[in-house]
Amino acid sequence: MATDSNYYVPEQSKLPIIMAAGLGLVAVGAASWVGGGSAMMFLAGSLVLGLTFYSWFSTVIRENMAGMNSEQLKRSYVWGISWFIFSEVMFFAAFFGALFYVRMLAVPWLGSELESDLLWNGFEAAWPLMTTPDMAVAGDAAKFKGPEALVDPWHLPLYNTIILLTSSITVHFAHTALKKDNRKGFNTWLAITVALGVLFLFFQVEEYIEAYQELGLTLESGIYGTTFFLLTGFHGAHVTLGTFMLFIQLLRGLKGHFTHDDAFGFEASSWYWHFVDVVWVGLFIFVYVLGS
Amino acid sequence: MAHGPSKGIGRWLFTTNHKDIGTMYLWFSFAMFLLGGFFAMVIRAELFQPGMQIIRPEFFNQMTTMHGLVMVFGAIMPAFVGLANWMIPLQIGAPDMALPRMNNLSFWILPFAFAILASTLFMEGGAPNFGWTFYAPLSTTYAPPSVNYFIFGVHIMGASSIMGSINIVATVLNMRAPGMTLMKMPLFVWTWLITAFLLIAVMPVLAGAVTMMLMDINFGTSFFDAAGGGDPVLFQHVFWFFGHPEVYIIILPAFGVISAIIPTFSRKPLFGYSSMVYATAAIAFLSFIVWAHHMFTVGMPLTGELYFMYATMLIAVPTGVKVFNWISTMFQGAMTFETPMLFSIAFVILFTIGGFTGLMLSIAPSDIQYHDTYFVVAHFHYVMVAGAVFSGTAAVYYWLPKWCGKMYNETMGKLQFWIAFIAFNITFFPQHFLGLAGMPRRYADYSLQFADWNMVSSIGAFVYGAAQLLFLYNVIHTIVAGKPVSEPKTWEGAEGLEWTVATPAPYHTFSTPPEVK
Repeated sequence: MATDSNYYVPEQSKLPIIMAAGLGLVAVGAASWVGGGSAMMFLAGSLVLGLTFYSWFSTVIRENMAGMNSEQLKRSYVWGISWFIFSEVMFFAAFFGALFYVRMLAVPWLGSELESDLLWNGFEAAWPLMTTPDMAVAGDAAKFKGPEALVDPWHLPLYNTIILLTSSITVHFAHTALKKDNRKGFNTWLAITVALGVLFLFFQVEEYIEAYQELGLTLESGIYGTTFFLLTGFHGAHVTLGTFMLFIQLLRGLKGHFTHDDAFGFEASSWYWHFVDVVWVGLFIFVYVLGS
Repeated sequence: MAHGPSKGIGRWLFTTNHKDIGTMYLWFSFAMFLLGGFFAMVIRAELFQPGMQIIRPEFFNQMTTMHGLVMVFGAIMPAFVGLANWMIPLQIGAPDMALPRMNNLSFWILPFAFAILASTLFMEGGAPNFGWTFYAPLSTTYAPPSVNYFIFGVHIMGASSIMGSINIVATVLNMRAPGMTLMKMPLFVWTWLITAFLLIAVMPVLAGAVTMMLMDINFGTSFFDAAGGGDPVLFQHVFWFFGHPEVYIIILPAFGVISAIIPTFSRKPLFGYSSMVYATAAIAFLSFIVWAHHMFTVGMPLTGELYFMYATMLIAVPTGVKVFNWISTMFQGAMTFETPMLFSIAFVILFTIGGFTGLMLSIAPSDIQYHDTYFVVAHFHYVMVAGAVFSGTAAVYYWLPKWCGKMYNETMGKLQFWIAFIAFNITFFPQHFLGLAGMPRRYADYSLQFADWNMVSSIGAFVYGAAQLLFLYNVIHTIVAGKPVSEPKTWEGAEGLEWTVATPAPYHTFSTPPEVK
């Protein structure tokens, strides 16, 4: 059916519409869940979504192993993942933009003479914002209470920076090993990368627990907590996804998938991993170091 | 791959064929166009006379919101994605889209997303009522409970757009026939390549905006709440960073359609092809750095106002290049005036009017007068309706013979054009006067001095709505009982690969890539 010169156009497939229905379920389920309803529909949708993802990727892998994918089709996949990562960059750009905007403009305006005197009871602008405008007006009755203390950037975040930067190097070593057909090296370096990803997440959870229990730094603690948790939280979610992707590639590697010139699943996951790493460097600088 | 479509409903549910998916996009968008149009009719019926007649103000707000959301995200965008699906592979000599299964996923998310959005009308507290721009805190602190459904609906719709755009970019960059260099691509392909880039860049930002809303509403964050150190204006910045490129996402493919049709019926090649490409790219670039011209009255620093004012005015330059090129293409051409050409010429004239009012709005001190009046409504309906919708209609008449192998009835097509053209102007031209006289937008009622022009506008709107039913009739009549055509080249002056394949276009085309000289 497909030769090297022919672009492989797949037959009809039930997967897309099932996945669309799964996504619809997830959307409705999530909306009713956050609105106080039960999580059942969300979970059911997630299950459908997970199963279709599994089936979809298995199909694609099977097709590739059957030799149906021409070089041209593989280039389509490369374009696909590259533009997907670009869209993720823009997603983070929205939250970084929000951080820069509130820090450089919105908070100073709130503390500017007229606004502060007339509206916010002499609120003084500062970053990190420990005393919110709400506290300046309502004191202890404030809805948004600023954090009592901040995460020390030179403790857990520094460890995590080292961990993540190292993991970008180890995943590169895995790639180099694969290119030399050194399968054992590939599996080992990839396993180390996944382990580093898990370790990062462990420290991240540790940091969150500390923030909530000891520092009074929560989602509700004004714009500092808001930007802190949304930026680090979405990054953490992406690390989770990236770790999972690499873990799947590890399982595939152990099963004997991939050759030195055909390892798109692994390469795509590693590009994603590098992207997650770069975002973290931005977080470490702008949220942790310059933010405290 | 050599066989035809499968039988029954499964053909459409499980398809991987770009033509099937394009057809579904087009029908879906037309259904949404009628739904959004129905909301518009409700709005114009209420505004027919001053005072409250038919609906309550709360419901009026839901109607304006849903009208905007459905038209922008449900009607216009999917219509052009449908055209892209049908025409891009045909125009670049590709066997299909680059990622056919993901293509079908992109489409099938939309019915679910819009079912969710439409269902909010029946929820407690009603549908979203905060305008299609959903400014905080209207959309957060004061939002109806259905806002969560709106947020997740927008999320999956955005996922659909991003996947569709990735597919288009991959197709254009990777699937061109040998010899089809970038600068040989038809302009419709060029404009879509750039549009897809814009979509991938800004749909995630929209996702960010609704996520911030979600967090503020449900999880106690304070992005848009000054009490916690946030800022409602932050919402407007994030939204318009998405929203301004969004208007070019809507209009750039329309430019591509017009750039295909005008040369055909002028029997001359497009004037200034490469300047068209560069102008499109320039518009796309500028679209990222002008967003706050939507916010001149929000209280920005003066330097911000000045910067956004001048940057916005710059857009008139590449847009002017385009308009002059279309006119130069027609100049001394052997022109005929079939329905697609009529819609295209109307596009050039009316879009230019919309562009000029846009220029007026870009002047910050003047905008303070025009802001949130019907002048703005008139402005963006000149670009959205006479721009995007007219070009979409032109595209359907232009390519319909290629799609189904039948010719539409020219008399009926022209009839639809003239009714639509006249009714459109009756509807929206008076809104310039209303706006300049100070009538604010998004209100269910108005003072008495606005009564006459509102009645005129409403009559025009009803006729314009009826013209769309005529459009529907024309399309169905063509498919069912149109005169069969079999020449590969339907239009004498048409150029391009899509006119080299059989008519109607076979289920699979260019399985072996053509050679482009």
